[in-house]
Amino acid sequence: MRKLIKGNEAMAEGAVIAGCRYYFGYPITPQNEVPAYMSKRLPEVGGVFVQAESELASINMVYGASAAGARVMTTTSSPGFSLMMEGVSYLAASRLPCVLANVQRGGPGLGNIAPAQGDYFQAVKGGGHGDYRLIVFAPASPQEMLDLTILAFELSDKYRVPALILSDGIIGQMMESVDIPENYVPGKVDKPWALTGAEGRSKNVVCSLFLDENVMQNLNTELSDTYEELKKSEVRYESFMTDDAEAVIVAFGTPSRIAKNAVLRARAEGCKAGLLRPITIFPFPEKEISSLIENNVKNFLVTEMNSGQMLEDVKLAVSGRSNVHFYGTTGGVITDEDEMTDRIMSICKGGSRG
Amino acid sequence: MADIIFDRPKSMTSAPFHYCPGCGHSVIHRLICEVIDEMNLRGKTIAVAPVGCAVLAYDYFDFDVSEAAHGRAAAVATGIKRVHPDKLVISYQGDGDLASIGMAETIHTANRGEKITVIFVNNTNYGMTGGQMAPTTLVGQVTTTTPKGRNPETEGYPIRMAEMIASLQAVKYSVRTSVADFKGIVQTKKAIKKAFELQLEGGYSFVEILSNCSTNWGMNPVDANKHIVEKVAEYFPLGTFKE
Ligand SMILES: Cc1ncc(C[n+]2csc(CCOP(=O)(O)OP(=O)(O)O)c2C)c(N)n1
Ligand code: SF4
Ligand SMILES: [Mg+2]
Repeated sequence: MRKLIKGNEAMAEGAVIAGCRYYFGYPITPQNEVPAYMSKRLPEVGGVFVQAESELASINMVYGASAAGARVMTTTSSPGFSLMMEGVSYLAASRLPCVLANVQRGGPGLGNIAPAQGDYFQAVKGGGHGDYRLIVFAPASPQEMLDLTILAFELSDKYRVPALILSDGIIGQMMESVDIPENYVPGKVDKPWALTGAEGRSKNVVCSLFLDENVMQNLNTELSDTYEELKKSEVRYESFMTDDAEAVIVAFGTPSRIAKNAVLRARAEGCKAGLLRPITIFPFPEKEISSLIENNVKNFLVTEMNSGQMLEDVKLAVSGRSNVHFYGTTGGVITDEDEMTDRIMSICKGGSRG
Repeated sequence: MADIIFDRPKSMTSAPFHYCPGCGHSVIHRLICEVIDEMNLRGKTIAVAPVGCAVLAYDYFDFDVSEAAHGRAAAVATGIKRVHPDKLVISYQGDGDLASIGMAETIHTANRGEKITVIFVNNTNYGMTGGQMAPTTLVGQVTTTTPKGRNPETEGYPIRMAEMIASLQAVKYSVRTSVADFKGIVQTKKAIKKAFELQLEGGYSFVEILSNCSTNWGMNPVDANKHIVEKVAEYFPLGTFKE
């Protein structure tokens, strides 16, 4: 079924399709469509919506529902995600699957309600305390808000790693025609660890407290091993006109849409530009960057709505083998197509303004 | 062969308590397990352990238990209960956990009338971190962060949680008992049982229990319990505030 809906609604419906029946959230712009949608939709499918008293409460309700074995979600925007950080660390440490979403807005501080990508570090480098990662998806359309949310539930259950949809105010608010699957069957994952009442079995305990530092280290090792597995098996990206490209834009979310136009315009002027769009930003498509370098890409232009955060991951992947340039906007200002086109063109001509 | 007339409750493990000798937490753990046994609820119970001295409660409870971040037990319990509405869900919390850092969750969980039972162990200080002031610390009580005694001019007055919870319309049951003497222990057990029954009938129940922290109070357990009966219960009256 095709429907013209907002990205936030597509994400919410994706969760319902994936079998999520529990949603806990606190209002914050620009993601308010999600709680509004869930408060109506979940009761229709026998689910539960709770408006929590704060993001602290939402994330810990998520902890409880996940510990109880359910598919569960919360969504928020930047300041709210900061408030959740302790809970996210607990979820990761307790190996509780769940799907979280941060529909980013301008920051730091209270910032504004314009779209931004300033929470990249917080999303992919941990964010909360301790040594952990999330599986992080960066949708670039309402369709992907839906598709990647479904995938997020599946992978989170499979790996027992919380998943995060890192979106922004534009992707969340924009309306597009979305293909809504009608016969999706959510994956069935056994959760023998879940708290369901210990009838006829020994008790289950969900916790992240391990007073013996060696036991704690073992958990950390188990987590790192899982993250390595994710890097091997779950990297997703889109390549756009990269086959013969000499200069490649790397962008996720909103700027990646603008970058496609920049690539087309540059190509029309004879500049062999391309776009690499990470769809997962953790795990990050570093191998793909390497193969682009092997394919003769001498220059990368990283473009983000922040002051250069994914830039660091691109630089790590490039490891000095090619030039890495940057064009960013901050505070909720959207990357500009003309500017992006100029930058990639001047890189093509060898006159980089990096 | 002699009959066994006193034994470990079936829903309690054989792990030795790590609590200081005479600590009220041990007594309260036991009472919870006795009631669960009597109501035959071991297989239907999911508890939430706090961050505080009872952080390891799951080592002693022989039923399903979740950890919760400091202060968030009621939110975790909410998540569990919404998924398993047919289970007995217990949130076990200290006064720092429940009345300070987790006050918002405490009040809103009660105000939503979540069908859970909150066991609130009021020992008038932060036991685990070495005896700092809690919202329940008595006026004049010396703690590591009120070296001259709690001064109401700057630290306000101790919060009476059971009364505050009772003021919320959705709450079905709110009581205060103590485990400082035999009578109190019997009353506490009765209150826990009542609280579980009311939860299973579909209501929120709150049991505040005055409990000693002899270690941080600098008293032996006997004097600490006497202190509860004579001093603590004077400010925190025992009784049923809502039923
Ligand atoms: C976010 C956070 N802040 C502070 C702490 C440190 N902390 C651990 S237990 C505790 C106080 C516990 O006191 P209470 O809830 O009264 O329980 P008791 O030990 O007295 O039973 C504190 C402040 C923590 N673990 N997490
Ligand atoms: S410090 Fe206080 S509350 Fe903690 S175990 Fe010892 S007596 Fe009990
Ligand atoms: Mg205490």
